[in-house]
Amino acid sequence: MSKPVRAVGIEIAGVNLSYGTTHVLKNVDLSVRPGELFAFLGPSGCGKTTLLRLIAGFAQAETGRVLLDGRDVAPLPPWKRDVGMVFQSYALWPHMTVAKNVAFGLEERRLPRAEIDRRVAEALDLVGLSDYAGRRPAQLSGGQQQRVAVARTIAIEPKVLLLDEPLSNLDAKMRVSVRRELRALQQRLGLTTIFVTHDQEEANTICDRIAVMDAGTVRQVGTPMELYENPANLFVASFLGSANILGDGDGIPVPAGKRLVFRPQHATLSSIDGVPLRGPVTHREFLGATVRYNVQVGGSEILVETPFQSGGELRTVGDMVGVALPPERMLYLPA
Amino acid sequence: MALAGTRSAGQATLALAIALFLGVFLVVPVATVVYVAFTEKGGGGLTLVNFLDFARTDLFVRSFWNSVYVSAMTVVWASALALPLAYLTTRFEFRGAMLVQTLGFLPLVMPPFVGAVAMQLLFGRNGSVNLLLDEWLGIKIGFMEGLNGVIFLQAIHYFPFILVNLSAALRNIDRAMEEAAQNLGSHGLRLFRRIALPLALPGFIAGASLVFVKVFDDVATPLLLNVKEMLAPQAYLRITSIGIDDPMGYVISVVLIGVAVATMWASALVLKGKDYATTQRGGGGLARRKLKPRESALAYAVVILILTLVLAPHVGLLLLSFATVWSYSPLPDGYTLAHYARVLGDSSGYIKNTLLYSSLAAGIDVVIGGAIAYLVLRTKLPGRQWLDWAASTALAVPGVVLGIGYLRAFYGVKMPDGTPLAALWIVIVLAIAIRRLPYALRAAYAALQQISVSLEEAAENLGATKARTVRRIVIPLMTGGLLAGFVTSFATAAVELSAVLILVQSNSDAPLAYGLYVLMQTPAGRGAGAALGVIAVVLVAICMGLAQLAADRSQRARGLDI
Ligand SMILES: Nc1ncnc2c1ncn2[C@@H]1O[C@H](COP(=O)(O)OP(=O)(O)O)[C@@H](O)[C@H]1O
Ligand SMILES: [Mg+2]
Repeated sequence: MSKPVRAVGIEIAGVNLSYGTTHVLKNVDLSVRPGELFAFLGPSGCGKTTLLRLIAGFAQAETGRVLLDGRDVAPLPPWKRDVGMVFQSYALWPHMTVAKNVAFGLEERRLPRAEIDRRVAEALDLVGLSDYAGRRPAQLSGGQQQRVAVARTIAIEPKVLLLDEPLSNLDAKMRVSVRRELRALQQRLGLTTIFVTHDQEEANTICDRIAVMDAGTVRQVGTPMELYENPANLFVASFLGSANILGDGDGIPVPAGKRLVFRPQHATLSSIDGVPLRGPVTHREFLGATVRYNVQVGGSEILVETPFQSGGELRTVGDMVGVALPPERMLYLPA
Repeated sequence: MALAGTRSAGQATLALAIALFLGVFLVVPVATVVYVAFTEKGGGGLTLVNFLDFARTDLFVRSFWNSVYVSAMTVVWASALALPLAYLTTRFEFRGAMLVQTLGFLPLVMPPFVGAVAMQLLFGRNGSVNLLLDEWLGIKIGFMEGLNGVIFLQAIHYFPFILVNLSAALRNIDRAMEEAAQNLGSHGLRLFRRIALPLALPGFIAGASLVFVKVFDDVATPLLLNVKEMLAPQAYLRITSIGIDDPMGYVISVVLIGVAVATMWASALVLKGKDYATTQRGGGGLARRKLKPRESALAYAVVILILTLVLAPHVGLLLLSFATVWSYSPLPDGYTLAHYARVLGDSSGYIKNTLLYSSLAAGIDVVIGGAIAYLVLRTKLPGRQWLDWAASTALAVPGVVLGIGYLRAFYGVKMPDGTPLAALWIVIVLAIAIRRLPYALRAAYAALQQISVSLEEAAENLGATKARTVRRIVIPLMTGGLLAGFVTSFATAAVELSAVLILVQSNSDAPLAYGLYVLMQTPAGRGAGAALGVIAVVLVAICMGLAQLAADRSQRARGLDI
């Protein structure tokens, strides 16, 4: 298991899924490349867990296919899929020790005892919990529980690894270190991994590519930088980082059905002469490296972030200012 | 502050009155039993001699082990019946599930002793089933031989206790627990055994220990099956045949209490640290699997077999109550209404007594239970927890022990006309009330917990005194819950026998359960006994229905009010 496994791709094509009358997944198409750390990113309730459960075999699609390594997995029940899933609640069994939890999947595969013991030790070593083999899950911290859940799953050497909001039960400090550990582990194993999160920072910092989801649809797929620089629509633009969104009539003409979008740090404050976007400063915040201004432009309030220079002159609330914007930073996006 | 003073004075008076009641009618009788067991016959000093006698008497030792064996085997067989049903109904889409859920009420409707004789006629050596087996296959099966009969009867009566607790526990397991196991390659029965069952263990143990204690304490069922060598029947026989001065009845009583306490303690010990509480964190339960046609057929076969067994005592009782003569034949020779005419005629005293005793006992329970619940949940009276604790200990006191305690403690207390207190019928009512109090208390807690404190505070804020608040706000809001408690207490009181058996002094004071027991002893009385049994079952079933109705109604009323 410490040696890289043969990585496997995941193909999701034309998937629709409903629970009763709620249409939860709508025409989902995705392709996860072998060995990559891929994120499902979207607000709570958008269908990330459902998509993960579909891959693991706990939900059935009405239309469409899920291919693992090129093979349709529809006929396989969850216990034959070799898809390792780490549940959001971790789902560690409280009546078993840590070692027993990790050994479970291997025992179900009827491996010889010696091999089970070896692989349990290896998996626990990999997540740095060798000293905790005899403990019960309830005796571990949240971060340790999460690592047991990961160890339990990778011990069976699954074809792919699915992580459902693995950091959501940890405190803010832990999240940063644990996400790095997860990334390092994934790299070492070379395991195709899907990482579900509603936190764009988590997705941006450790994932190779991200699928941004909204209300059961995939809105855009790309690397974190692609998504940030070239969002395909307003949802992606505003979900990843902050974005100013202006309609027609706010000073710059906008094509029908689209909006003008730009990042706060790409704009600068200028004099009002000859600048189409202008208005009064309504609020100012000092953030350390930058200063953030709110400017009322037409019917919209926009944000402008300028680098802070000591001794530099600051605008005050009530000043009339112009908002200057390089043309290459102006994006015209559909909803 | 003066107001606060009178308020807590009123509460203290109430608490003292309840404490006095529990002291006189629960603590004193039980303490008397224990005291007598540890003193020399004829009132000497403290001694262990009686216990040595007990241990040296073959009959008692044999009875003890028989009781242990019967209780344990009942748990085994009851589990064997409950497990497949719990598995089926909680893990599969199964239309028979409703049927199985209703089984849960059956032991409340009819305690095992009621159907004992009928079961003898159905499953005994020369009962219907064995006659047919003999005719077709030339074999007979000793379902009802000796201890087997007790085990058989108790198991089919009490398995729903395990079923209900186990099913609830299985339903409460977070579905991710089992999905994680499926994800790692496990499924089916193996998954059930390795993950679901261990996680549901607390529910199973709760049900199993209850069954163990109930069977261990049962007097009437073994006696009606003519099994005398068990411990609880021995206590009864000893006291009724040798008299209340013989220490052995008391020693056995102490052993019975000891076993009840030890069982509860052991189950608490086993469960220590196992209260996993893995209840759902949102999302529905585990997706239930659809049964394939062949599996579905098998499932129905299992359910129908078990249902047939469960209904057998009821069907047998009904047949017996209409039978002219029924022996050495699969079905009665002919049918008649004469037994009903008899019990509704000259034996109608039993029914009247039951209605009187049960309503009085249930009334006492609801008043005391409600008062204790109020004191515990709504006041800061010091020592209020003791009331709850004392009332709940009644659970560990077998009925026969309470009966013996009353007899001993109150026989010397004479009424002005010279009759001993223990011989008055009101004592039967008090014994029944004490036995049912823990259940009424739970109902009262449930009713009171659903009422928001803020409603009471609002009333006080508007100037109502504490007493008026209780009268005008708390009691009306609790009515539904208390009514349900009353009816449930009433129903179970109507078939209470073990304490009654000891306390009934004359036939004219006897309730229905006692009459049934006496009539069932003789072949000539069986028909009438069965008719009484049917009446009891119908009475209890109606009450259970009413209790459900009252509970639903109050639920709905609250839904609208609050
Ligand atoms: N078992 C279910 N039955 C009905 N609706 C469900 C079920 N599971 C999820 N949903 C609904 O599907 C939508 C997507 O849920 P989910 O996949 O859990 O979202 P996410 O993980 O992105 O927060 C939600 O609106 C949720 O209410
Ligand atoms: Mg989710």
